[in-house]
Amino acid sequence: MKFSNYLTQGFYDELFDEQGIPRPGAQLLINKIESLPANDLIHKQKSAETALLQLGNTFAVYGSEEGTEKILPFDIIPRIIDNGDWHILEKGLKQRIYALNLFIDDVYHDRKILNDKIVPEDLIMSCTTYRKQCEGLNPPGKIWCHVTGTDLIRDTDGKFYVLEDNMRCPSGVSYVLENRQVLKRTFPHVFADSKVRPVDEYPNKLLATLESLAPDTVPSPKIGVLTPGMYNSAYFEHSFLAQQMGVELVEGQDLVVSDGFVYMRTTRGLQRIDVIYRRLDDDFMDPKAFRPDSMLGIPGIMEVYRNGKVAMANAPGTGIADDKAVYAYVPKIIKYYLGEDAILPNVPTFICRDEKDRAHVLENLDKLVVKAANESGGYGMLIGPHASQKEREEFALLIQKNPRNYIAQPTISLSRVPTIVDGHFEGRHVDLRPYILYGEEIYVLPGGLTRVALKKGSLVVNSSQGGGTKDTWVIGDDRGDGTLTSEPHFQSYPATFESESQSQSQSPPQSQSPPQSQSQSQSQSEPGGPRHSFGEGYSQSQSGSPLSSSSQSQMQSSSGGSHA
Amino acid sequence: MLSRVASSIYWMTRYIERAENIARFISVNLNLTLDFPSEASRQWQPIVMATGDHALFEKKYGTDYSSRNVINFLALDQDYANSIISSLRAARENARSVREIISSEMWEQVNRYYIELKDSAKTDFPNRNPHKFFKIITMRGHMFTGLLYSTMSHGEAFQFALTGLLLERADKTSRILDVKYFMLLPRAGEVNTPYDSIQWAAVLKSASALEMYRKRFHRIIPKQVCDFLIFDGEFPRSIRFCLKKAEKSLHNISGSPVGTVSNMAEKSLGRLCADIDYSDIDEIIDIGMHEYLDGLQVKINSVGSHIHDAFFKAIPPQS
Repeated sequence: MKFSNYLTQGFYDELFDEQGIPRPGAQLLINKIESLPANDLIHKQKSAETALLQLGNTFAVYGSEEGTEKILPFDIIPRIIDNGDWHILEKGLKQRIYALNLFIDDVYHDRKILNDKIVPEDLIMSCTTYRKQCEGLNPPGKIWCHVTGTDLIRDTDGKFYVLEDNMRCPSGVSYVLENRQVLKRTFPHVFADSKVRPVDEYPNKLLATLESLAPDTVPSPKIGVLTPGMYNSAYFEHSFLAQQMGVELVEGQDLVVSDGFVYMRTTRGLQRIDVIYRRLDDDFMDPKAFRPDSMLGIPGIMEVYRNGKVAMANAPGTGIADDKAVYAYVPKIIKYYLGEDAILPNVPTFICRDEKDRAHVLENLDKLVVKAANESGGYGMLIGPHASQKEREEFALLIQKNPRNYIAQPTISLSRVPTIVDGHFEGRHVDLRPYILYGEEIYVLPGGLTRVALKKGSLVVNSSQGGGTKDTWVIGDDRGDGTLTSEPHFQSYPATFESESQSQSQSPPQSQSPPQSQSQSQSQSEPGGPRHSFGEGYSQSQSGSPLSSSSQSQMQSSSGGSHA
Repeated sequence: MLSRVASSIYWMTRYIERAENIARFISVNLNLTLDFPSEASRQWQPIVMATGDHALFEKKYGTDYSSRNVINFLALDQDYANSIISSLRAARENARSVREIISSEMWEQVNRYYIELKDSAKTDFPNRNPHKFFKIITMRGHMFTGLLYSTMSHGEAFQFALTGLLLERADKTSRILDVKYFMLLPRAGEVNTPYDSIQWAAVLKSASALEMYRKRFHRIIPKQVCDFLIFDGEFPRSIRFCLKKAEKSLHNISGSPVGTVSNMAEKSLGRLCADIDYSDIDEIIDIGMHEYLDGLQVKINSVGSHIHDAFFKAIPPQS
């Protein structure tokens, strides 16, 4: 298959520049693809899909009676990021995560940033993601956000912007690892020659991060991945990560609090657990501390956590840093704590609680994307240019009624990557979610999840709305380890908290560049209290069938797997 | 290992074995129809009686024990918790929750088994060609058990799988024997007629025991059939064989030698095994075959409850 008819159509293309010349790092791959006999690429695409199905990273299709499992659509043409771009991304992400962690710790302790009026106090206090229960908490090493999956997009000018900080339970890293497995087999030689940096280290790095949270007094800490259960759409990932790290996969019902510790129920009685990688939202963690109706959590676990007898990643309360209204302040947050300008810019954001911003938003609804501040996954969102007059009017009312709850952003045109469509290449829009681990050091996985909107012209990359994934190649310099390539910056952000926050004079409120064109990618942070499992207590209680009769003994049965 | 995981594995194999054995006791009658086509129709009721769930059947189908109704009830009825399809759904759900523990071959097998069964339930295949249908069910069960033995490490999880499978099989062999009791119940006069021995042969065939039985006892004599299916020390579906192997598995889990007791499950199963070791077929005939089997099933159920208490419900000490 040839790229000769491939058009970038004025968008930033990740593989070709505007003259149609392959970008640095992409040449080898493109030569390879063009040299393949006709149909060979299609064949490779099919075998990649089969391989993924066999690897088992499937999601159940709910509501479908057949219980069929599907793979997330996958396109074998990778997205390539050259070393220079990656270096900036890595530095920028480390800076951002480091500052946001300081911010979370500050918000739940001294509130210096609020007292200095850098971020409005009432904004923080009115966030639904603010957890009063977390005030004064001291997580190990003062690190709150151990795993982050920041959503980035690239505009027509080729510049990366942060779209969202997912600091609660970002999902998708299992796709990164499995896509890579498959693509290595698809283009083995190109791989070696292009010096693609490996991603396989992730489970080890994650394990090391989790181990670093255990108290020093525990020589070999017991670690578990906490999943909402097998009805959660990301269950495969939870199980995959547990398997890759060789740790237990636990559900809330497997854990119990007793004498100030958290224990697992095992066949040999109760066994202490020291570190929990939770893939369950704060709200559902502990019915005694948060939502009392949660059936997925562990009653009393927050008390144990507060006393430092169990560690959790991420710490409860991190959601405050990825609230969409707080997002707008992140450049100021970085400036405040680090005295530096943000390396990675935000998408310009209008905060509707601000009168001037609000007026601008209401006037330009047809050009802007409006988002509800506390929603994720594309809920409560208006894509102005694509909306009807009636929808825009409805949103105008919503904004006026509850301005605090809304932000607006210009529509950014996402960059594109060639994608196989009906036997030829067409450009499709992508975003990028790198994964950042914060343990004894900050580590950025060289690569990340590239989500691609498979529908022509679509900018919505969510899997629920026709999105797929691509492998992401960071073309490296053979050092192969995310932490090694970044000494200068790595040293400036030690893992240990070195207190003193510098008050900086602030630049005037959020600069607002004029609206551009096009639409937005929506976030896909894992809904902690999963739609599918909440309330569907999965229990294996044992009982005889209650309706059988008489002297005849009945078959014993378990309700295993049934929905109570 | 986690209690929940152990429980899921134990129930996964129990349900797979249950599905297979329901196919087996339906095939008692299918075997009879081959030998005695005219008699077959009257024999569907005893099969339902042997499950102990006849009240459930009658609630839905009345007293019309036609082959279609019985096959629909025992094999395809999704509202009946012990039907083949419900058992498989439960097996699959349990397997799904422990996918990281079992081999992918086992998961794929149970998944495909369930999906194919659902598909065939939509056609009239089970009623049109019941011989073939129930044969497939039985073979699917064997495939799963084969994968269990040959693709999963024989560690703690495997021992739970085996314990579940063997207890279920012991229970179901007793029920296959019981089918014969219910067949004879209304017609005591038929004892020792040629028809009687054809029925006994059908029972043996359903337990895949006919050839192995003939090697040991040659001719079909009711007492010896019972002796074989209850006491034989070598036949892998005899009740004694299953219980003794289950006992071994339980002790593999705790690490304590057979003959000692480290938990209530071992105690109740050990006692049941000793009981079988020290009784014989004459004693059972004195008690009454059906009464004996009924008591046995109750005891097997209570072993199950003790396993549940010992392993599946770790509870923190009350403070």
